[in-house]
Amino acid sequence: MARTPVTFNLNGSPKAAFANPGQNLLDFLRRDVGDLTPKFGCGQGTCGACTVTINGQTQLACLVLAEAVNGQDVRTAGGLGQGATLDPLQESFMDHFAAQCGYCTPGMLVSARALLDQNPRPTRDEVIEAISGNLCRCTGYEPIITAILAVAEGRERA
Amino acid sequence: MTTVETYATLDDAARAMGSDAAYLAGGTLLMRAVNEGNAPDRLVRLNNPNPKEFRSSGDKLILGAGLTMAGVLSLRELDFLHPVARVIGGPQIRNMATVVGNLFAEHPYGDFATALLALGAQVVPVGQGSPRPVEDIFRDRSRVGLISSVEFHRPRDPRAFGFLKVSRVKPKGVSVLSIAALLPREGGRIRGARIAFGAMGATPLRSAGAERALEGQSLDATSIDRAAAAAIEGLDPPTDQIASAWYRREVAGVHLKRLLTGMERI
Repeated sequence: MARTPVTFNLNGSPKAAFANPGQNLLDFLRRDVGDLTPKFGCGQGTCGACTVTINGQTQLACLVLAEAVNGQDVRTAGGLGQGATLDPLQESFMDHFAAQCGYCTPGMLVSARALLDQNPRPTRDEVIEAISGNLCRCTGYEPIITAILAVAEGRERA
Repeated sequence: MTTVETYATLDDAARAMGSDAAYLAGGTLLMRAVNEGNAPDRLVRLNNPNPKEFRSSGDKLILGAGLTMAGVLSLRELDFLHPVARVIGGPQIRNMATVVGNLFAEHPYGDFATALLALGAQVVPVGQGSPRPVEDIFRDRSRVGLISSVEFHRPRDPRAFGFLKVSRVKPKGVSVLSIAALLPREGGRIRGARIAFGAMGATPLRSAGAERALEGQSLDATSIDRAAAAAIEGLDPPTDQIASAWYRREVAGVHLKRLLTGMERI
């Protein structure tokens, strides 16, 4: 079985690993690169638990061919904090009880970060739209929306 | 076992196609099949597709094979199609899914394809072939070769085009049905009405009954009521997890009336 070398940037650091034919990016990141923050939820592009950004745009890692990220810039929830310093969104999710089981949280955070990077002062409707591709079955969406708006409105300590 | 072949140009990719191969564009449908073990043996892809691939020539709009839904939303020239692109999947899907790929999306997907059908769009095959109406693709998707672009004329008045997607979950939900209408008017009369339904059959379908009721008429309460009454003539909608065939038949005319009434006011 011919494996394909893939060289790319993950959360700002160069990475190289071999991808299997037809392997998706989610499986590749988790199994071959060692980033466990994108989650496997459905494997069919419905739930958003595997959301990552590729060149700044949110995509679903389970539907991306791993070898297609060769030379690209990939970011996951694993790159949000710097050491012990969390991203303000992570702080806000804790303060607003926006995570319960936590399975959707990395995908939610990546979608929220992408939104705030492009639009630092989104409206409530824009927040709802931005996380519409991410399913949460525990807390409901209200605490998550509140947590994201708190960062956007500068109410959360940065 | 799936193998992947990567090419620099669509021409090279087209030469590599065959009955055991599928072209990987946005991947939102095909990678799902790969994950589930249902994909063809060979995936053929381009090294570097352009997600904003678009050009225009006079009033002709040419959407390249790489153009994604997010790409559509980034182009002001396609503003009348923004309401369509905005309701395809969630944000992540819109960053991946292509316009041309939507022509191959099976029920209940294909809302953008429904809009392309109403616009009378044509697909341009890779290589020497001449443009063909999108209806040709819907007739037999397995026999269509690679497509380099889809093209159509910008409606002279963008308000002549209307679109409505009906879904239970918002903002991201699968279609109960979708409707696209192109109603060009000359001297207040509709000339060349095209009404297309999505999720009312295996592919997007035109509503011959509604088109006949509107052709040559002014868009008013009387013609709208006639179109709504004739909307499902000849259509045999499917039953799925989202809605039953009975329900789709019952509500198709109601939603068509809502869409047309909204278009009447402007």
